[in-house]
Amino acid sequence: MNSLTKIAFLVVALTAAACTSPNRFGGNSVDLNDSTGGFGPLGSVDDPSSPAFFNERVGDRVLFAVDQSTLSAEAMVVLDGQISWLMENPDYAAVIEGHADEQGTREYNLALGARRANAVREYLITGGIAASRIQTVSYGKERPIAVCSEESCYTQNRRAVTVISIASLG
Amino acid sequence: MKRLLVVLIMICTAVPVMAQNGPLRLTITDGVIEPLPFALPSFQAESVASVEMAQNISRVIADDLTGTGLFRQIPSSAFISQQETFTQAIAFPDWRAINAQALVIGAVAVNGDQVVVKFRLYDVFLGQEMGSGMQLVSSVSGWRRLAHRVADQVYARITGESGYFDSRVVYVAESGPKDNRQKRLAIMDYDGANVQYLTGNVGLVLAPRFSPTGDRVLYTSFESGFPRINVLEVANVAPRQLATQAGEMAFSPRFSRDGRQVIYSLANGGNTDIWRTDLATGRHTRLTAAPSIETAPSFSPDGQSIVFESDRSGSPQLYIMSAEGGEARRISSGAGRYGTPVWSPRGDLIAFTKQNAGRFHIGVMRTDGSEERLLTASFLDEAPTWSPNGRVIMFFRETRGAQGVPALYSVDVSGRNLRQVPTPTAASDPSWGPLQN
Repeated sequence: MNSLTKIAFLVVALTAAACTSPNRFGGNSVDLNDSTGGFGPLGSVDDPSSPAFFNERVGDRVLFAVDQSTLSAEAMVVLDGQISWLMENPDYAAVIEGHADEQGTREYNLALGARRANAVREYLITGGIAASRIQTVSYGKERPIAVCSEESCYTQNRRAVTVISIASLG
Repeated sequence: MKRLLVVLIMICTAVPVMAQNGPLRLTITDGVIEPLPFALPSFQAESVASVEMAQNISRVIADDLTGTGLFRQIPSSAFISQQETFTQAIAFPDWRAINAQALVIGAVAVNGDQVVVKFRLYDVFLGQEMGSGMQLVSSVSGWRRLAHRVADQVYARITGESGYFDSRVVYVAESGPKDNRQKRLAIMDYDGANVQYLTGNVGLVLAPRFSPTGDRVLYTSFESGFPRINVLEVANVAPRQLATQAGEMAFSPRFSRDGRQVIYSLANGGNTDIWRTDLATGRHTRLTAAPSIETAPSFSPDGQSIVFESDRSGSPQLYIMSAEGGEARRISSGAGRYGTPVWSPRGDLIAFTKQNAGRFHIGVMRTDGSEERLLTASFLDEAPTWSPNGRVIMFFRETRGAQGVPALYSVDVSGRNLRQVPTPTAASDPSWGPLQN
């Protein structure tokens, strides 16, 4: 690809990321936790260049302590894997989604989620990923993945998820 | 001139008749614990076609008054005299005998698509009319507003304060499971009637806020995939995106009291600060510049100050700054975390959400942070909004666990009279609009 094509491609990829992101939670969305290993839209988990591989083998999310946006050592290991993957798969762009648990007000949790998403973004950029490939969004406490009102759920909800996407070539 | 508090607090319920030595006046203070008894004979129907309407209007007026917790309706079964017509002389001794302090009589006529309501309010013990008789007209479809306007008149004449019944609330109607909640904007009368949906399923919508005149609503929408502020014209339900300062996310908007400016939170590089946008000029002004989270801003009624939430001290607390930004002074000082401050329309109090020891509370404090009082407690109480007269606070309460759902509640600023506001679906983020009449 010449550089102009690359830029055009990137724009398309980013646009696609922005468009698909909000619908992931809806009824028609693809289940990112699907571990059937089939060749769905996310590809096979055994294919190192597939989104499925990224989501499950590399790990698409990191967790945070209460009220914190500091990356743990464990989180950094996951993000180092994300950096390697994004380096090897330059056609993908990412939206980092920041989330919070339900302990806190809506407004504060939106801001806290933004902090968490940005902590991940900064780490990826420091690791060499182009800033233009990474957007952030916060859902605050609006989109828990675990619904109980106990710490066992809260710990899963205090997360930043790296959602990758690529423009369809079809 | 106004002699105060004629309504004695009834300590002994055996006292048959309460003493009154001046005009009827209920002073709303923390001391009022005994609701004022009133009689409201079903309004006279002036034609056969008006019978049902007369009953409905009478019921809504009575519900408005009793719903405040300040008034108690005397059942018609206790009536000695019947008030057959609007013009019939009032048999005051008969109403005194059943301890009615206020008497509301009225008549309703339906003429084609029009409803006409007449009413008079009496101070039973003085045997005098309070204020003047009044006649109100509306279309048939607007009959509930007529009833609310009558109730507002009764409330205002007896308490000396403006009412809040002819008002609307915009809120978020919720459906679906907790991990995939669908949210739509909805608008309703203050008592939960006449629900109308303002948005479809367009992704998350959060925290609508009425303009001071109730003509517009600000809210946060994820329709674009990222939180942005929309402004919606209530009359034609037309939303458009507000041109804010550029940023990753814009949320938590509120109007100024003159409706000309919007203050909101803007996140950039993960840091959330407060900005102000002038709607006429489109000029954006940054009001805070700190690495901490600054959010949930709310103007004072005089437009000179802004109360907001910040975690600059390490945990979320409440601060007040000039409307031009700059130095802020912390006002919250108790244990726990404070958020969602909202300045009372009377200017004297700040309502807030407080989180402490695993519980959420709605509370109020003076603007200097003194006299903090917690009005509610539950697993999750959040997002207070003031009634137009600053006497009642509406908020949402969400239940615990996987099946947890939010519902709207109201509570007196005294902490009494906690009531659920009925809504057809789960509901959150109420914003109470102005008095319409």
